[in-house]
Amino acid sequence: MEETMSGLLEEIGATFGWLSLLQFGGTNAVVPEMHRQAVEVLHWMDGQTFANLFALAQLAPGPNVMIVSLIGWRVAGLAGLLVATFAMTVPPSLLAFAMSRLMKRAGTSKWLGIVKDGLVPLAIGMILASGWIMAASSNQGPLSIALTVAAAAFVAFTDYNLLWALGAAIALGLTVHRLVM
Amino acid sequence: MERTAPSRLDLFLGFAKIGLLGFGGVAPWARHIIVEERRWLDEREYASILGIGQVLPGPNTVNSAIIIGDRFHGTMGSTAAFLGIFCMPLLVLIGIALVYDRIADLPAVGVAIGAGAAAAAGLVIGTALKMARRLKFDVAAIAVGLAAFVSVGLLHVPMVWAIAVLGPISIAAV
Repeated sequence: MEETMSGLLEEIGATFGWLSLLQFGGTNAVVPEMHRQAVEVLHWMDGQTFANLFALAQLAPGPNVMIVSLIGWRVAGLAGLLVATFAMTVPPSLLAFAMSRLMKRAGTSKWLGIVKDGLVPLAIGMILASGWIMAASSNQGPLSIALTVAAAAFVAFTDYNLLWALGAAIALGLTVHRLVM
Repeated sequence: MERTAPSRLDLFLGFAKIGLLGFGGVAPWARHIIVEERRWLDEREYASILGIGQVLPGPNTVNSAIIIGDRFHGTMGSTAAFLGIFCMPLLVLIGIALVYDRIADLPAVGVAIGAGAAAAAGLVIGTALKMARRLKFDVAAIAVGLAAFVSVGLLHVPMVWAIAVLGPISIAAV
């Protein structure tokens, strides 16, 4: 049975709309459930296509949440891309906005300061963990490890533009590849 | 260091740059541009907004963008930051999706992506280390940060559990 376009868009909006509020710690937290919905439940695509779209979203610039933009694009073209992106980003953003207003109202209250200061080490530990997971999944041998360590040291100990680290890593990767091949 | 409050256009352009350059994730770029390049916030202010952004559902950088936009220009500021962080990457993504099938099989493309991904991971790790260093963490803060790293990074505990357990501990201890 052929699904209608508006039916598909509704399906995309509903699926990502509720997933959007489960993104604790970032989009990657809901990727397994996203995979289950897209591949097994709704049969939008096969597992290999999902994996390719995930890799593409990781390498493209922008927040990792844009995996859903690619899924929407794949399933229903430009309209699908827009519906998926909005469904996944607008609900949490409204929640963040409500939180922002609550914090403004609380002003410089003491408890708010304690909560905010208390969450900082947690957030930084989580960022470190996500970097570690990215490093593990991009690890293709000694050169990958060296590039990761060098880029980490570059950020941690200098204030130069991060593009230098990315550009140098890509140039080095290509040079080594050419010499070895 | 002197801080400079952004206009709405500054917010839009700054977050557009963050989105556009955020290869492999936007967290390192967001801190670099907001704290070092444009100096909208100092290290401590940025870290505390990021902490709130982390415990809310959604990408922490996008949540932080909403809060930072609201702080300087209310609803319009949040809207400018939100549109900024998504507009350029969406255009680039459509471009990549259109040519991907033709270039994905070139060996040089795979090598460049692999090297870039390894370095991008390093940028994220380095950003976390730099923030910890600049904020002069005490023993309790280092312990909470390490517990978060070990549980999520090494033991692969779902982040929601790590936040539910470590969040209250962190608030009580730090």
